[in-house]
Amino acid sequence: MEIGTVPERLARNHYDLDEEESHIEVDQEVARRTGAAKILIAVCPAHVYSQAPDGTIAVEAAACLECGTCLAVAPPGSLRWHYPRGGFGVAFREG
Amino acid sequence: MDSEQFDVVVVGAGIAGSVAAYRLAQAGHEVAVLERGSEPGAKNLSGGVLYARVMDRVFPGFVDRAPVERTITRNRLVFLNAGSSVAVDYWDQRLAEPANAVTVLRARLDPWLAQQAEEAGALVMPGVRVDGLVREGEQVVGVRAGDDELRARVVIAADGVNSFVSRGAGIRPDEPPKHLAVGVKSVVRLPRDVLEARFGVSGREGVAYAIVGDATQGLPGGAFLYTNTESVSVGVVLRLDRLVESGLSSSDVHDRLLAHPAIAPLLEGGELLEYGCHLTIEDGPAMARRPMTAPGLMVIGDAAGLTLNTGFTVRGMDLAAGSAVAAATAADRALRADDLSAEAMGAYRAELDASFVGKDLATYARAPEALDDPLMYAGVGDALADVMHGVFDLDLTPRRHLVATARRALKANDLRLRRLTRLGFHAARGL
Ligand SMILES: Cc1cc2nc3c(=O)[nH]c(=O)nc-3n(C[C@H](O)[C@H](O)[C@H](O)COP(=O)(O)OP(=O)(O)OC[C@H]3O[C@@H](n4cnc5c(N)ncnc54)[C@H](O)[C@@H]3O)c2cc1C
Repeated sequence: MEIGTVPERLARNHYDLDEEESHIEVDQEVARRTGAAKILIAVCPAHVYSQAPDGTIAVEAAACLECGTCLAVAPPGSLRWHYPRGGFGVAFREG
Repeated sequence: MDSEQFDVVVVGAGIAGSVAAYRLAQAGHEVAVLERGSEPGAKNLSGGVLYARVMDRVFPGFVDRAPVERTITRNRLVFLNAGSSVAVDYWDQRLAEPANAVTVLRARLDPWLAQQAEEAGALVMPGVRVDGLVREGEQVVGVRAGDDELRARVVIAADGVNSFVSRGAGIRPDEPPKHLAVGVKSVVRLPRDVLEARFGVSGREGVAYAIVGDATQGLPGGAFLYTNTESVSVGVVLRLDRLVESGLSSSDVHDRLLAHPAIAPLLEGGELLEYGCHLTIEDGPAMARRPMTAPGLMVIGDAAGLTLNTGFTVRGMDLAAGSAVAAATAADRALRADDLSAEAMGAYRAELDASFVGKDLATYARAPEALDDPLMYAGVGDALADVMHGVFDLDLTPRRHLVATARRALKANDLRLRRLTRLGFHAARGL
């Protein structure tokens, strides 16, 4: 069975995007000092985090499946993460 | 600013929240349920085996009335290696009647549960994220959502494993990664006739695989494969501390399981319906030792750390329901006596400890320690396969007795008997 890349899979999921507010914020300075990039990129099942050409962490908050794994393992101070505003974000149709 | 007073405000319309709301509304209390998802269930994901006895107590005839998938009558415990696997296959008709466990998909089950609460008189409000508790001194007197305040005599936090509500109020601490695991799951559609032929099931019956070893590339946790009516739920659960240490990518571990030569044929021809993930709890007994109440507040379900992984079974949904029943009993008493003190809320803990939830948490207090042994995830599976290989691979060399074959297999895998005995001892004590 072909399951495709992670972005291809997520394209099948239903999201209600919050255009006004992002629920994820990286403190790039702390992240750089603590090596957060490697950790966040590897743990996130939705590939929300990636390394930008300038070495900072790029965040694709729209792909977030809202598990909270990143927050549980992020080096202290490197990440601000909370649930999207009510009604926004992923809406599982199977679960 | 709105300021309405309810008897009870429940945060979260998952299993714990909806069961608690249903019970309290039934008892005649004014109940509001706030859910951040656009619909109950929209944010929720589990592997999917719900041990249903407790649900049947709350909703008589649950298995026939609720949107459940299949009744699990067959359990397969699999040690998976790179190129071999050894399994125990347990099928038992007695598991069908009364239905012991059923597979569920939360996007279908949770709306039904919320509807039961609603029909009992609770007000269910989806699309509302609770941002914090409202307190007067130590007493919790309501919740805050954006600019709105909702007042309640009792607040029940049923907001799941991350429980920002109880952590934000300093009632429960942040958990170390070792206590948590991430579950990464795919739901794969298979035509009903294909699924039933492939898994050897018929009617409403289904099978549940619990898989360890190469399934998680040696990481503590495990993998699962459960049959739904017309789909399969398949995925991995990875303990966060070891996932980070390993540097492995969680999606790669998931993808490798689905492509494994022992698993891929089971999914062949299927169509991916949904790829999702959710946090879960690896050390429930440790998390359940933390505070679950404050004046005016009770914390239930995953928010209180109530999940048990015993190696054979992962149980969170039944414990969520059990804790909801305990909390509803204590809250009903507190409301009737108009006593919302720390002590009155503490009665929830006593109810919980006296229920199957508290008893099973005590019985399996050492399960996390037993499941911490790296041999479980790498070593035992290979040794088992080597024993079987020695038995079945008739390569014309003279046969040896089983004990000699086994001893050889252990040696080849660098497993000392003493080491295995220790594993067995921990397993016997913990599981
Ligand atoms: C991969 C995986 C496999 C699992 N397999 C099994 C299994 O086979 N069997 C089993 O019994 N258990 C299993 N579990 C565990 C099970 O899913 C949980 O124990 C169960 O869902 C807990 O129910 P709950 O109601 O306490 O929490 P949840 O189901 O998480 O519900 C919490 C609710 O609160 C809402 N919420 C959260 N914060 C807010 C807020 N601030 N404001 C408003 N609403 C909020 C959420 O949207 C959600 O609806 C598994 C878990 C995972 C991740």
